[in-house]
Amino acid sequence: MTMALDIAGAFPVPRRPAPNAPAPAVRLRGLSRSFGETAVLRDLDLDIAPGEFVVLLGRSGSGKTTLLRTLAALDTAPAGQVSIPAARAVVFQEPRLLPWKRVWRNAVLGLPRAGRAEADAALAEVDLSHRADAWPSTLSGGEAQRAALARALLRRPQLLLLDEPFGALDALTRLKMQELVLSLWRRHRPALLLVTHDVDEAVALADRVLVLEEGRIAVEEIIDLPRPRPRSGAFEAVRRRLLAALGVAE
Amino acid sequence: MDKLYKFKSLYNSRALLPLLLLLVWEGAARTGVLPPRILAAPSAVLGTFVSLLRSGELPIALAASLTRVAIGLALGVSVGTALALAAGLSRRGETLVDPLMHILRTLPFLGLVPLFIVWFGIGEAPKIGLIALGAAFPTYLNLFAGIRNVDPKLVEAAESFGLSRIGLILHVVLPGAAPSFLAGLRHALAYSLLSLVVAEQINASSGLGYLINTARDFLRTDVIVVCLLVYAGLGLASDYLVRRLEARILAWRPSLLERAA
Repeated sequence: MTMALDIAGAFPVPRRPAPNAPAPAVRLRGLSRSFGETAVLRDLDLDIAPGEFVVLLGRSGSGKTTLLRTLAALDTAPAGQVSIPAARAVVFQEPRLLPWKRVWRNAVLGLPRAGRAEADAALAEVDLSHRADAWPSTLSGGEAQRAALARALLRRPQLLLLDEPFGALDALTRLKMQELVLSLWRRHRPALLLVTHDVDEAVALADRVLVLEEGRIAVEEIIDLPRPRPRSGAFEAVRRRLLAALGVAE
Repeated sequence: MDKLYKFKSLYNSRALLPLLLLLVWEGAARTGVLPPRILAAPSAVLGTFVSLLRSGELPIALAASLTRVAIGLALGVSVGTALALAAGLSRRGETLVDPLMHILRTLPFLGLVPLFIVWFGIGEAPKIGLIALGAAFPTYLNLFAGIRNVDPKLVEAAESFGLSRIGLILHVVLPGAAPSFLAGLRHALAYSLLSLVVAEQINASSGLGYLINTARDFLRTDVIVVCLLVYAGLGLASDYLVRRLEARILAWRPSLLERAA
């Protein structure tokens, strides 16, 4: 187990998939993006396997959000080869619920065939059934993000993108949300990309952690520890390596 | 004790000065200091109000005025809304419509009365036209600003959830612009009532303005005051209507939710 960790940690280069591996859910080749003179992403390659939990770390300005927006097809002008699944869903930093629609209607927004029953099922999964008829402005921060998760789940995504969704939550709610995301990911098995700047969060959740630096993937850590992950020696070792990659010495 | 308490609460009440003014006004009229051809006494105004109501003159005049406002308002709000949608929902529409609207809105619209008389004569057309004009601009300006100020993050999220352009307009843009639209509607109502008052001075043969004009010729200040109070009542009623509309349409707003709770 630690072997896998050490080996992966030593190679800060994207893995080449095994010849008989299934087609990746996400495949980026030579992705570049610049805003004006500033290059945000430089010739970036990335594969995400179906059902893989990838966490993207990086200092602010490293291009995390731009990469996520590319994977969500929200960025209209990236250069390079981008192949992403059709069924995608994003949970943004802010819940971005429409304040004039009740929670359950927000959940099924843009899904003409989904009705109350589907909304209720998804809200039950995020433990928010009791708030189905509430206005979004009456939700707490954690509840609003759970509603956003339910909305994302209803798209049956093959690729679920989470852009620092717990950033604004208090520590306790944050931990509960991490558990929730993990259990939802286990049940639905989408390829998942979580953007965060919290190293502990990354180590607790990810199959693979990527550190983005100056528009490239500078470090890649495969974490082969069983979940839930207590703070063992292996946990600490990965954590320290990632912190070092981010330029923080402990 | 009880009496003293009542007296005290009146003394501290916000109605004190208006009531005092009413008393002074009545007193001045009764003693002859204020002759009725200058200003009729409050009691006389009340009496005239009742008799105008009984004779049917006031209801008929009110109906005529309300019809004017309703038609003018419907026209003005429709045109203002259509132009705001055209300018708000497309860049091409904006370049086409917006500059013109900003040029036109600098015109003092009540100053257009002489032109309207030249164009439309002195019948109903110039009156309804003036009311429509007064209502169109606040509707346009507020709705246009409302559409443009819809949170781009919500639009982006809705797009990422697969809403079509029509769906985006129906579920995100228009509801997002509703608070601004209602603020515009409130202004439109106020302006259309103002236009009504001015327009009805143009040789009206019916309506509150007609009552006022005839009353002026006979120095009936009591009738004039009654009509002014009815105009004021219309203003209050229109405000109340918009409030009710807001409570219905904007039920999701945090401020309204708190009030309901």
